Amino acid sequence: MSDNIIVDTVTRIFGDLCEPQTVNAAEEGRWPEELWNALEESGLTLTWVPDTLGGAGAEMIDGFAVLRVAGRFAAPVPLAETLMAGWLLSQAGISAPAGPMTVAPVHEDGNITIDANGKLRGRARHIPFARTARHIAALAKRDGAPVVALVAVEGLGIREGISLAGEPQDTVTFDGATAIGTGAAPAGLDPVALARLGAAMRTQQMAGALEHILDQSVQWSLDRVQFGRPIAKFQAVQHNLATLAGEVAAAGAAADGAAEAIASEGPASERALLEVAVAKVRVGEAAGNGAAIAHQVHGAMGFTYEHSLHHATRRLWAWREEFGNETLWAGRLGQMIAEHGADDLWPFITQGT
Amino acid sequence: MAYNFHFDPVDLPPEAKELREEVRAFLRREIEAGTFTPDSERAPFSVAKAFARKVGAQGWIGMTWPKQYGGHERSHLERYVVIEEMLAHRAPTRAYSTADRQSGPVILRYGQQEVKDKILPRIASGELCFCIGLSEPNSGSDVFAASTRATKTEGGWLVNGRKIWTSNAHNSDYMIALLRTSPPTKENRRHGLTQFLIALKSPGLTTRPIVNLTGGHDFNEVVFDDVFVPDLHLIGEVDMAWKQATDELAYERSGPDRWLETITALTELVRVAGPQPGEKLAEGIGREVAHLATLRRMSASVAGMLQAGKTPGVEAAVVKDLGTNWEQALPNKVRLMAPVRGDSDPDSNDDRFEQALRQTTLIAPKLTIQGGTREVLRGIIARGLGLR
Repeated sequence: MSDNIIVDTVTRIFGDLCEPQTVNAAEEGRWPEELWNALEESGLTLTWVPDTLGGAGAEMIDGFAVLRVAGRFAAPVPLAETLMAGWLLSQAGISAPAGPMTVAPVHEDGNITIDANGKLRGRARHIPFARTARHIAALAKRDGAPVVALVAVEGLGIREGISLAGEPQDTVTFDGATAIGTGAAPAGLDPVALARLGAAMRTQQMAGALEHILDQSVQWSLDRVQFGRPIAKFQAVQHNLATLAGEVAAAGAAADGAAEAIASEGPASERALLEVAVAKVRVGEAAGNGAAIAHQVHGAMGFTYEHSLHHATRRLWAWREEFGNETLWAGRLGQMIAEHGADDLWPFITQGT
Repeated sequence: MAYNFHFDPVDLPPEAKELREEVRAFLRREIEAGTFTPDSERAPFSVAKAFARKVGAQGWIGMTWPKQYGGHERSHLERYVVIEEMLAHRAPTRAYSTADRQSGPVILRYGQQEVKDKILPRIASGELCFCIGLSEPNSGSDVFAASTRATKTEGGWLVNGRKIWTSNAHNSDYMIALLRTSPPTKENRRHGLTQFLIALKSPGLTTRPIVNLTGGHDFNEVVFDDVFVPDLHLIGEVDMAWKQATDELAYERSGPDRWLETITALTELVRVAGPQPGEKLAEGIGREVAHLATLRRMSASVAGMLQAGKTPGVEAAVVKDLGTNWEQALPNKVRLMAPVRGDSDPDSNDDRFEQALRQTTLIAPKLTIQGGTREVLRGIIARGLGLR
């Protein structure tokens, strides 16, 4: 993953403005204005929008690195969603507006339609941060052909829902709304490819959250004294933390595989399908295993609302479901392997590298 | 931050990609010629020996070593590609793999000039087979408790004691042994051990077989009774072997041999599953492939970082821990995915599958023991995390 000025900038902003109390306040419905403004002013929110369309014009891989950091801080803002919306709009040559955005649909069977006058129809479920976003980048269909549409959230029907992590996850009804801008989606960009990008983004956020709970758990084990010594000195605890470290390392590597495949060959490529499937399965598994160990190490303290461990662990449990869980992606991956056949298993895995 | 794991992107250079095709073509030719059969039980040593010569002739042993010692000055990534292709095709590498991976590099780094000149080219050609003399009856995971003694004598050393679990000793030409030359000190319990090169044909040296639970003979007990080892065969500094347990060796932990040992169980499952396996079986296959692909990425990444001169020590231990645990659990996970009635026709795909399950189930227990137990590895990782 890239080590560069973008990563340094985002780390500094989150370090300064994304304290645990910011995350708690956001769950209570207080929008972290200062944090969002800092992200926006630095250009980070439009990382994936070319400068010709008003964005930062950074590399795809840099945006994934930004999400890794956001995951580490449990950033309670739609940064991933805005990045994704900006990317989707730019694919159709639409300039990205200021302010937080989100994307619809987030499911492969999304069925939003748009007519010749730019009027949208349909309902999109489980849209992250819909109520806090100012705009939605929608991937709709016009006579069966995919069209990207920019829609203002104001005036849309929003039924509020909440994710396991306490973040907005709303149902959006488009009926009657008119797009501010539309553009034909390029070949290959359909809800399937979009969900693949979303899944890859979530794996980066999960990898970041896992890095954070490893840090937090190691530190806690060194600080917490029982039986006359820090619990870090007990071999059983050490081995649990070593196992957690393995899950963290595997998650980071798998997430980077997905990011690289999308950055180099686009979300519609077969390599992206392979790598995203691998990542969503492996990182999702690491999320479950890792969160369990982090909680075990933290004992009762980690089960309180007061302690910030749940900022990461609840997000891990939420994100592993979003854009498809392990079971869904494992089925796709297995079907793909089966179609290639036993003798192609190894060549298939080593393709490209 | 406690520990910032870092796995560089895997970006194999074009020469490594070309090499992969070369290795695949070579292996296809050898399989067609009947040199070895990938789905048979383990080949006899004579087959492995003949294969080693062929691999040596290809220039695929000692690939990264200097040309003056018979090496080929190629990159770690090229070596990585050769090894993973060999293992993925279940090629019989055991007559040269230990020397290529461990013994050769130790000699290259710490051996005396005459030994380097004499021995290394013969390893690279596939002629010499090595074994590793570490474990003893009372010194297993606790490597630095070794008590087999080397005592100074005129022109060399006299060795007395026993090594055990020595894989392949009965087929090997040489052993690199870790021997007690002084007692440990109060300050450093790892002090007092020295590495030696020992010819297995030396007078006073006896090799006794220990048959393992598969019925195979791989392990040995090696007994030393006043075995003379010339001064020339001293490797590195006397009493200071603990310093020579180099990073470089630790990195070998992350090689493809740490996650590809039971791959046939998965390959044969895919074969019996066919192109339309159904939802549940597809999901099961997908889960394991996700692990395999991730491990492979991590392992290749460590090879790339080595090539770049980095020192990914904790990453390497993590890859071995994850890899061996996964490959060990794989046969049982696979057998629970497909109904086995136990009445398959000989030579059918079902039979191949059952045979792969038998073979991988039998070897599974050793995978988290050899080359550093799971417990030892987790201790190393815990130290990397700052817990020790």
